[in-house]
Amino acid sequence: MLGMNKNDTTMLLLVAVLTMLAPFILNPFPTESGWAQFNAGYPDLMQRFVIFGIFAIGFNILFGLTGYLSFGHAAFLGIGSYSAVWMFKLLSMNVIPAILLSVAMAGVFALVIGYISLRRSGIYFSILTLAFAQMSFNLAYSVLTPITNGETGLQLTLNDPRILGLSQTADGSIPVTSLFGLEMRSTFEMVLGPWAFQFNVGYYLSALVLLAAFYLSIRIFRSPFGLMLRAVKSNQQRMNYTGLNTRPYTLAAFVISGMYAGLAGGLLASMDPLAGAERMQWTASGEVVLMTILGGAGTLIGPVLGAGFIKYFENIFSKINENVLHGWFGALPDGLEDLLVTLVYPFVGKGWHMTLGILFVLVVVFLPGGLVEGGQRIAAWLRRKKAGKNTPTSTIEPAE
Amino acid sequence: MGILEVKGVNKRFGGLQALGDVNLSVKENSVHAIIGPNGAGKSTLLNVLVGKLIPDTGSVMFDGKSVLGRAPYEINQMGISRVFQTPEIFGDLTVLENMLIPCFAKRDGAFEMNAITSVLSQRDVIEKAEHMLEEMNMADKQHMHAAALSRGDKRRLEIGMCLSQEPRLLLLDEPTAGMARADTNNTIDLLKQINEERNITIVIIEHDMHVVFSLADRITVLAQGSPLVEDDPQNIRGNPLVREAYLGEKA
Repeated sequence: MLGMNKNDTTMLLLVAVLTMLAPFILNPFPTESGWAQFNAGYPDLMQRFVIFGIFAIGFNILFGLTGYLSFGHAAFLGIGSYSAVWMFKLLSMNVIPAILLSVAMAGVFALVIGYISLRRSGIYFSILTLAFAQMSFNLAYSVLTPITNGETGLQLTLNDPRILGLSQTADGSIPVTSLFGLEMRSTFEMVLGPWAFQFNVGYYLSALVLLAAFYLSIRIFRSPFGLMLRAVKSNQQRMNYTGLNTRPYTLAAFVISGMYAGLAGGLLASMDPLAGAERMQWTASGEVVLMTILGGAGTLIGPVLGAGFIKYFENIFSKINENVLHGWFGALPDGLEDLLVTLVYPFVGKGWHMTLGILFVLVVVFLPGGLVEGGQRIAAWLRRKKAGKNTPTSTIEPAE
Repeated sequence: MGILEVKGVNKRFGGLQALGDVNLSVKENSVHAIIGPNGAGKSTLLNVLVGKLIPDTGSVMFDGKSVLGRAPYEINQMGISRVFQTPEIFGDLTVLENMLIPCFAKRDGAFEMNAITSVLSQRDVIEKAEHMLEEMNMADKQHMHAAALSRGDKRRLEIGMCLSQEPRLLLLDEPTAGMARADTNNTIDLLKQINEERNITIVIIEHDMHVVFSLADRITVLAQGSPLVEDDPQNIRGNPLVREAYLGEKA
C-alpha cells in the first residue's frame, strides 16, 4: 500500500491506530481512582508525545542512517518555535503559515550549520553542532533580544500588528491559534462511567502531522537515497572509491532532519504560542539523542517509542512527591513506611532523571538496539515457545 | 600513448623520498604489474593514481585527461576503480545492497536526490546487480550480511562491485595477500577473464611472483621510490639488477 511493503504498511497502521486512539489508551484508570495520576491522556502531554516523536523521527534520519551524531538539533527546534510565534504576531493566528515558515527557517539554518559542521566527522562533527547550538541559545538569550525577547521568551501581546486578523478579540483578550477557525485548544470531553476521555483539536492535528512525517521517513529509509545514507555509515572510504560524493548526501540528511526539528518546533508553538531560549539548550539536544537511542537508532518506530517513553517519565514520574509516596505506603507500620519512602523518593519526583539515567544505562548495555530490540527478543521468545509446543521434539536453532 | 601515463612524479614525506621521478606508461587492455620490495613506494604510487595523495611534482594522465587535484570520487567516475589490500565493502549491508550501490553510482552519478522512490522499484539497477552477483557465483549469498562473508568472498564481492561500474582501468593492491593457494588461483583466473572478456586494463601490485608471472604483460620494478626497470616478464625474470634488488632472496 502507498508504495510500501507489507511490514512497513503494518507499522504505519499500528502507529495510526495508536495515535488516533491515544486518548483511550493513555487513560486506562478511572478519574477518581488512586491510579489516575498515571493517566497520560490529557491534551498537553499527548501533544508533547507526538511532537517530540516527530523531532526524534527526523533526528533518526541523520543519526540512525548516516551515524553522524548531532548534539545541536534543539537549535532547529527553537528556530522553528520562534518563526512560528513571529508568524502569529505578524500575519495570522492560522497555524499553517506558521508551521511552513518554521520548516523553511529551520531548513535554511540547517543548511548553513550542516555545511560547516559536515567538514568534519565523528566527535569533531558532534562538537561543532554542539557549539552552534550553544551559540544559538546564547544569542537568543541575550544579543538577539529584539527578535527573541531574551530570557522572558517570545509571547503574543495585545497589540501585535496582525495583518490577517485582529490584534485582540472583542472581549479584549489575545486571540488563540487555530486551523481555519478550528481552535487548537478546543477539547471535547467524553465521560464514560468513571472515565473521562479528552479529544483535543491540537493533538489530532499534531498526530496527523506525525503520521505524515512517519510515512515520509519510511519512504526515505527504503529509497536509494536511504541506502546511500546507510552506506555512508558503513564505509565512507568505499563510497568515495565507488564514485559517490558523500558530502551532499550527508548534508541533505542533515537539512531534512533539521526541517523535521523545525516542524516539531512550529507545532509546539502552535499548541502554545510562546518560544523561549531554553528550548535550544544543550540538554534539549541531548534529550533527542536519548530518545533515539533508547527507542532504537536506525529503526523506524524506535524514535517514536523513545520519545513517548521519555516524555511519560518527565511528566508522570516527576509528579510523584513525598506526600503521594506516604499515601501509597500509608497502610504499613510507620517505621517501614518511612524507610520505603526514603528508599523510593530519590528515584521519583525531582529524582526522575536518576531513574531515566539508570534505565538508559540498562538499555544501552543489555539492549543496544533499544526498546525495538527488546520487543524483537520478546517476539522471538514467544515464537520459540509456540513452536516448542507444536513440535515436542527439540530442534537445534541456528546460532545467529 | 598508453591509457595511463605517469610522468616525473615525485612525492616526499618529510625527509623521506617516497616517490622519485616515477614514469609509467600502461597500454590499454594490458595487465601491468608493479613489483618491488617493501617500502619501494608501490602503495604511495597507487594512492597518487586514485587521488588520495597529490604528488609534489609530475603529471598523471588517464585517457588524455589529468587526474591530479580531483577528488577520489571524480577519478572513479572517470573510469578508474580500485580494489584494496583488505577488502573494503559495506559490512553492515547485505551482499545485494553492496552490489546495488555501485550500480546506482554508475546510473545516477556522484549524487542523486532519489529519496521518495523505493529501491525495489528500480528494476534496471536490481537486475544488473543480481546479474553481477551471478557472474561472481554469489547469487545464493545475496541476503547475507557482507561482514559475515569469508575473505575470499569479500574479495570477489569487492571486485564485482568495481566491475559493475564498468571501469576502464582496475587497480589492485595485493589482491591475493593472505589467501590460500586455491583461492589465489581462482583470483588469477577471474582477473584473466576480466582483462580478456571485458577489455579492462589492469594495474596490479603484488608480492606473489606466481600471480605476477601468470598475469602480467608488462612489469615495472620499483626500488626505493624509483623505477628500476620496466620490461616484459621473461626479461624481468632474467634481469640481474632485479634479481639483486628484489628476486634475489626468492630465486
